[in-house]
Amino acid sequence: MSVDVQTVKRVARLARIAVSEEDAERMTGELNAILGFVEQLNEVDVSGVEPMTSVTPVEMKKRQDVVTDGNKAADIVANAPATEENFFLVPKVVE
Amino acid sequence: MTDLTRLTISQARTKLRGKEITATDLTEAYLSAIDRANPTLNAYVAVTGDKARDMAKASDARLANGEGGALEGIPLGIKDLFGTEGVHTQACSHVLDGFKPRYESTVTANLWADGAVMLGKLNMDEFAMGSSNETSYYGPVINPWRRSRVDTVVMPTTHQGDGGFVSAGGARTARSLDNAQLVPGGSSGGSATAVSAFLCAGATATDTGGSIRQPAAFTGTVGIKPTYGRCSRWGIVAFASSLDQAGPIARDVRDAAILLKSMASVDAKDTTSVARPVPDYEAAIGKPIKGMKVGIPREYRVEGMPEEIEALWQKGIAWLKDAGAEIVDISLPHTKYALPAYYIVAPAEASSNLARYDGVRYGLRVPGKDIVDMYEKTRAAGFGREVKRRIMIGTYVLSAGYYDAYYLQAQKVRNLIKRDFETVFAAGVDVILTPATPSAAFGIADEDMAADPVKMYLNDIFTVTVNMAGLPGIAVPAGLDSKGLPLGLQLIGRPFDEETLFQTAAVIEQAAGPFQPEQWW
Repeated sequence: MSVDVQTVKRVARLARIAVSEEDAERMTGELNAILGFVEQLNEVDVSGVEPMTSVTPVEMKKRQDVVTDGNKAADIVANAPATEENFFLVPKVVE
Repeated sequence: MTDLTRLTISQARTKLRGKEITATDLTEAYLSAIDRANPTLNAYVAVTGDKARDMAKASDARLANGEGGALEGIPLGIKDLFGTEGVHTQACSHVLDGFKPRYESTVTANLWADGAVMLGKLNMDEFAMGSSNETSYYGPVINPWRRSRVDTVVMPTTHQGDGGFVSAGGARTARSLDNAQLVPGGSSGGSATAVSAFLCAGATATDTGGSIRQPAAFTGTVGIKPTYGRCSRWGIVAFASSLDQAGPIARDVRDAAILLKSMASVDAKDTTSVARPVPDYEAAIGKPIKGMKVGIPREYRVEGMPEEIEALWQKGIAWLKDAGAEIVDISLPHTKYALPAYYIVAPAEASSNLARYDGVRYGLRVPGKDIVDMYEKTRAAGFGREVKRRIMIGTYVLSAGYYDAYYLQAQKVRNLIKRDFETVFAAGVDVILTPATPSAAFGIADEDMAADPVKMYLNDIFTVTVNMAGLPGIAVPAGLDSKGLPLGLQLIGRPFDEETLFQTAAVIEQAAGPFQPEQWW
């Protein structure tokens, strides 16, 4: 399978990365090189093989459903580019 | 006075406990070495001098009382991927500009609890995506190793200096260093260079497809990627969560064992941390390997592999045989599919993990006309080319209609790769010996690799299988190529059998001897 410039732009939109026309053209070539490389996986007979979910056969650990952490809003927003009273500030989302 | 930076961790440990040296002297020696070398080698992206001095002082107080942990007073470098409280933690990406976490990763917390001293944060490929350390926002790291030439020099008869020394004419050979700058490998290039160039006693690193073992091989150092689940991933910036593992890069096998003992732990904060006690890895060093079954996988003899790599492999086989090991030919039939499967699984997980960098909670923000425009501009400006490439691949293979063809197929192939290993281990093989990399270190801005991303990816051809199967793997220096550059061998073990890796790597190390670059920096 290979991608065209339109697909690259659609994927960039899904990934929330702004791309220029020039970027999209360059990426098309690069992505096709990689997709061409991974194509060889289709030769492998995987009938009856389960997809891997974990490299180690362990059961998912579950902890008690209780509060063990919290009350550190100031720490959480400490690295944000824009905050006000421990809230993250973003451009207006709702009209 | 001897240069304190030349001491291995085990040597420094003895001298510190014996009060022959102080942690402060040792730390100052490293800080001045960094001061001199870093403008040239670019191994550190942040040096924490004040913090290092404070930690060393506290270590000296404990040592004076006959107290102290396993790493008391040992100065270490930390890869920029590890969250370090209040200290530069940016995965060497522009998108994390100014990020200083309010928490400490479990691995680094374990090291500080054992008394280690932090010298600073080490350069790396952006988000650990790369095999040459050239994708870092902070610029490439330079390998302290350089190629050397052997020249025949015709010596004229000369009178030198006021001592009246007369040199008779004739010919002699001289080894001279080439000026070309080489990469240290990646993604843990800063860690490998800092250890190899004596800018820290040891370093933390991480390995998703070979990011500990390939740079270790390129710099003549020892690097181990432990079994998935051995070191907690908590507080480490995530790249591909099902593959990422932390491990040390060190000057020798013993130092790597000492560091891993401290880094590894059972951690409730990482659901994939495996509840097994951490053994004393150092105790495995020096144990005889007589009767050990060493597997040699035929699929690792790849097309176009340089003769020198094959010769190194044969030397390794001979050393282990001489030490009493039984050498057996094995087959790992799905080896060639590991790298393509990796380039689906790793980007898929990365595209998901890196979704969090949106200009809202940390790091860079580029304003836009609305919130989506802000996300798109922030991520366009914040991520480098390689990172964008991988996010795009990951997004594509996970997108509607392609999930089964790519991601599901890759995860099935991954199970087959794991089964290959399980089959040979079940047949009694204790450890597998392979080359660590398909070549020695290459030049900065290599044109072939810049033109074709897949060429760069091929660096990990021998290491990536180990991540796909979650196994432990160690790279140990085993020789120099004809140009005087270090080459490494890799040992792969059963899950949680790092001890056999240290035990066997020590045999190779003893036969091959230590490797140190000639100082030019």
